[in-house]
Amino acid sequence: MSDTTSWRGWLLSDTPTSRRHAKLSALYQGWLSFRSNTMAMFGLGILVTLILIALAAPLLAPHDPFVQNLGNRLAPLGTEGHVLGTDSLGRDILSRLIYGSRITLYIVALVALIAPIAGLLVGTVSGYAGGWIDVVLMRITDIFLAFPRLVLALAFVAALGAGIENAVLAISLTAWPPYARIARAETLTIRSSDYIAAIRLQGAGALRIITRHIWPLCISSLIVRVTLDMAGIILAAAGLGFLGLGAQPPSPEWGAMISEGRRFILDHWWVATMPGLAIFTVSLAFNLLGDGLRDVLDPKSSEK
Amino acid sequence: MAPLAPWIKGTLLTLGSIAVTMLGLLFITFIIGRVMPIDPVLAIVGERASQSTYDAVYLELGLDKPLLVQFFYYIWDVIRGDFGTSLLNARPVSEDIARVFPATLELATLGVIVGIVLGIPLGVVAAVRKGSWIDQIARVIALVGYSMPIFWLGLMGLLIFYGILGWVGGPGRVGIFYVDVVPSVTGMILIDSLIDGNWDVFKDAFSHIVLPASLLGYYSLAYISRMTRSFMLEQLSAEYVTTARVKGMSEWNVIWKHAFKNIRVQLITVIALSYANLLEGSVLTEIIFSWPGIGSYITTALLSADMNAVLGGTVVVGLIFILLNIFSDLLYKVFDPRAR
Repeated sequence: MSDTTSWRGWLLSDTPTSRRHAKLSALYQGWLSFRSNTMAMFGLGILVTLILIALAAPLLAPHDPFVQNLGNRLAPLGTEGHVLGTDSLGRDILSRLIYGSRITLYIVALVALIAPIAGLLVGTVSGYAGGWIDVVLMRITDIFLAFPRLVLALAFVAALGAGIENAVLAISLTAWPPYARIARAETLTIRSSDYIAAIRLQGAGALRIITRHIWPLCISSLIVRVTLDMAGIILAAAGLGFLGLGAQPPSPEWGAMISEGRRFILDHWWVATMPGLAIFTVSLAFNLLGDGLRDVLDPKSSEK
Repeated sequence: MAPLAPWIKGTLLTLGSIAVTMLGLLFITFIIGRVMPIDPVLAIVGERASQSTYDAVYLELGLDKPLLVQFFYYIWDVIRGDFGTSLLNARPVSEDIARVFPATLELATLGVIVGIVLGIPLGVVAAVRKGSWIDQIARVIALVGYSMPIFWLGLMGLLIFYGILGWVGGPGRVGIFYVDVVPSVTGMILIDSLIDGNWDVFKDAFSHIVLPASLLGYYSLAYISRMTRSFMLEQLSAEYVTTARVKGMSEWNVIWKHAFKNIRVQLITVIALSYANLLEGSVLTEIIFSWPGIGSYITTALLSADMNAVLGGTVVVGLIFILLNIFSDLLYKVFDPRAR
């Protein structure tokens, strides 16, 4: 016990002895204030569980998600061996949900990497360069922002062809502009600060200033925004899957599963209901986590 | 009198930015149309056409010209309202869109009305009674709205209110006995049936629209109530509110005559934005409810690779979206002296 208290003491000390010490102590204090937010912790708990489920899918799933059993199709909830019933081809819904979590995480992770990085690049270059580069880049950003996102994603998928990767690409193409705006705003404030002038006098070039001094400072506000956007990304991906434009059958993607179950909604409601509950739970978790992170990392914009 | 010059300059700037944004929109749809894996010529002439037919159509579509020239042709076509012909039914896409659009408009308008009527009072009360159980409920309502897939909620609504309780009409705009009973004047069936004085059709149409409209209304309610709450909180913490209270003004007057009056402009912006979002959100809702609007039109066209129809629909929805955005910007400038 004494070991932990001394760790705590070290982390909470007012006089950091090194840069790493100061950083860790700031992180720890952020964690403490995040931990006191019950709802955010609840969201984090759900997401950690989801990641564990996705990792351990082969161990947890009671059945193979692709094996059909037409003799036992549309079995109701609580059937022997099929807790959540079976779908129209007799596949175990619980196992499909468990494997589907991998697809959801895959999509979210890819979009959460591509869109903010693209936005960060555009935003920082635009903000740092200024002049006509700024005007052109921001005009392009505005054009994308002025688009209805889902419709644009639909048109992109139509052009690229249906599939998970193309859905990811289409969602990323519609998701980057807000990140570019945020990164540009941050860059504009950082650019004129004294320490940037100091580094510039030391002879640092634009590339070095952007990558080493501006990017690190943009990241925390981007992370908050990404977490808040995750729910939207999940819903968009599920929507594309539902329309038959995302993951293709027999893949157990949750949106596509709802689309399959839609035909039987009045007689066999559980087929479409269960994947919907899964989507709802995960995007709720992201929303809760995002709210909590915003309070910790970006206290200015948090709701009073 | 303020000088006229800034006004003119502002108007020109706005018009310029509308033009640039629309040009960008058309450029993107143009590119999408060009990178399509579907050969537009083959789609028209079919697999078994002779080489000479193929070449003739190729020239007719202007595909031999440089891309930039093709783009200008495309812009010229769109300006004249020509989106090409649908490959499915060989009719002009613009006619199809004009036919399906009123259905979407009707649905989205009713949806945003639900959102305004319920969302604003909820937001105001949540701000006034901050931290109370009403505020908590408002928060949960919004959170659930942000997290729920709209198509799934639609399915659940159909299951419960149509399948189990039988309170509302099922998918579609009217029951099968009422199809094409009233003449189409506006294309919006609620209004058409009123014009015709046919109450049976009106009641049937209402029982069909109430569920999808409430669903869309719920989503705009989530957004509108949250925004109303944060605008109100900002006003209620201002000093003039304290002054009014100190003067002994009744709480009702403080809230509605002072604070609410000051957030009206911001609210109009929010409403315009959520209206634009509803037009888009109706894509998935229309599919669930077999609602013959522009969302269903685009998706049906998509699944049958009818590219002219997809791009035409995208351009129309995009234009409306842009116009609503600009409209809300303008309102802000006109009504809020500080933004001028």
